[in-house]
Amino acid sequence: MSNVLFDTPGPRTVARHRLYTVATVLALLVLAGAVLWVLWTNGELDYDPWEFVVTPAFLQVLGQGTWTTLTQAVAAIALALVFGVVFGVGKLSDHAWLRWPCWAVVEFFRAVPLLLLIVFIFFAYGVGDGIGPYWSLVIGLMLYNGAVVAEILRAGVLAVPKGQGEAAYAIGMRKTQVMSIVLLPQAVKIMLPALISQLVVALKDTSLGFYIAAPGLTYVGRSIWTELGNQFQVAVVVATIYIVLNLLLSGLATIVQRRLVGETSPIDLTDVGNMQGGQSTGGGI
Amino acid sequence: MDDVTSNFDLVLSAFWLTIQLALISGLASLVLGTLLAAMRVGPVAVLRRAAGVYVNVVRNTPLLIVFLFVFIAIPNVGYLTDTPFLLKGVIALTFYTSAFVCEALRAGINSVPLGQAEAARAIGLTFGQNMTNVVLPQAFRAVVPPLASVLIALTKNTSVAAAFGLLEATARMRGFTNNNADDRLLIFATFALGYIIVVELISLGAFGLERRWKAAR
Repeated sequence: MSNVLFDTPGPRTVARHRLYTVATVLALLVLAGAVLWVLWTNGELDYDPWEFVVTPAFLQVLGQGTWTTLTQAVAAIALALVFGVVFGVGKLSDHAWLRWPCWAVVEFFRAVPLLLLIVFIFFAYGVGDGIGPYWSLVIGLMLYNGAVVAEILRAGVLAVPKGQGEAAYAIGMRKTQVMSIVLLPQAVKIMLPALISQLVVALKDTSLGFYIAAPGLTYVGRSIWTELGNQFQVAVVVATIYIVLNLLLSGLATIVQRRLVGETSPIDLTDVGNMQGGQSTGGGI
Repeated sequence: MDDVTSNFDLVLSAFWLTIQLALISGLASLVLGTLLAAMRVGPVAVLRRAAGVYVNVVRNTPLLIVFLFVFIAIPNVGYLTDTPFLLKGVIALTFYTSAFVCEALRAGINSVPLGQAEAARAIGLTFGQNMTNVVLPQAFRAVVPPLASVLIALTKNTSVAAAFGLLEATARMRGFTNNNADDRLLIFATFALGYIIVVELISLGAFGLERRWKAAR
């Protein structure tokens, strides 16, 4: 194995690495053992606090919570797609009076913390006779993810080879036709993996509903532990559900990426679930 | 709006807490993230695997769940009970952000073409010279924009601490909107502007670093 950082190891280095390997494995085992021992002595591994995992009623509640969370993520992404297409295409417009407002809207919603947005929407429009916590969360997610989708879309359209648009103009298509018939369909293929990654981000961010008591997994978790007093176990279960769902979606994104685009890296605007990865322009976010 | 202007010191102290959270956990995650990245690109397979698992699990965990563990689940087991809230916030944010720092650094190191190191070796540079003069300078440059993105995201993520009793900017905005229902939009705009200023400062800093370190090619 050759690597930019180190040479192919010789026999002595291989032996040393074997020593490191053994030491690491031992350290990890000791760590895991210590954690388990602490949990065991505190009675956290007893049957009682875990019983809700095999109780049908609690399982049903957890299932409903998971389902609600999934619908929130899907609704948010579906709305975000509409928002993203409108503002993404707006940002690509030839008219400055259209381009700049779209740019400002997209930049604003990407720069403001999602939780601040959700809290504002909930306390301004959600409480009382308002739209309620569910839609406050979904609309907050829509605005933030829509702004990211707008960026993904712009990057996707710009990634379509230039000749495609030029050829379309050359055969006499209008601007709208070029965008809707030639550029967007090809951009979708490039964008799809990034969009699925964004779904992972949206799914993770549904957990923010905890703060405004929006229905969903974290809310269900809180009601279970207020009833049973087993915070640790519920947190483990909720975390596991989130992680498994997200790993499945991430896996799907990788497969779609391989199928549609080849081995090249996807448009990455998603790290920390927020920012625009490697393509930072420096000035904006 | 009078309430906000007359209590502007509260707004400032809330943002000071936001900045403290971002700064301390930013530095801590740079350290932890660098360690993880070293493990992830190093020659020992087990370390590589372990760091990989950490990054993959953390990246797929919502930050709020990490906070849930640090602020509710673990204290309930009997640890971190007397820890100050600020420190607990820093622990949660660092645990989460270091995975992303690790990925940004790894991508930076991988972006240095293999030929660079090979050429350096071919002209007889030692491993140390190779690292300090050839590989790392290029990796650092490549890493500035993605690291800035991670730090900006971290700044925004500090808002999650609001859900766990830390009176930082988002929690303070909630307090103000509760008391001044008529000025909600202005209050929101004030706090949003505060965040935008912090975020723009980071990206300006990164832009400056990028320009200063830019190598003539």
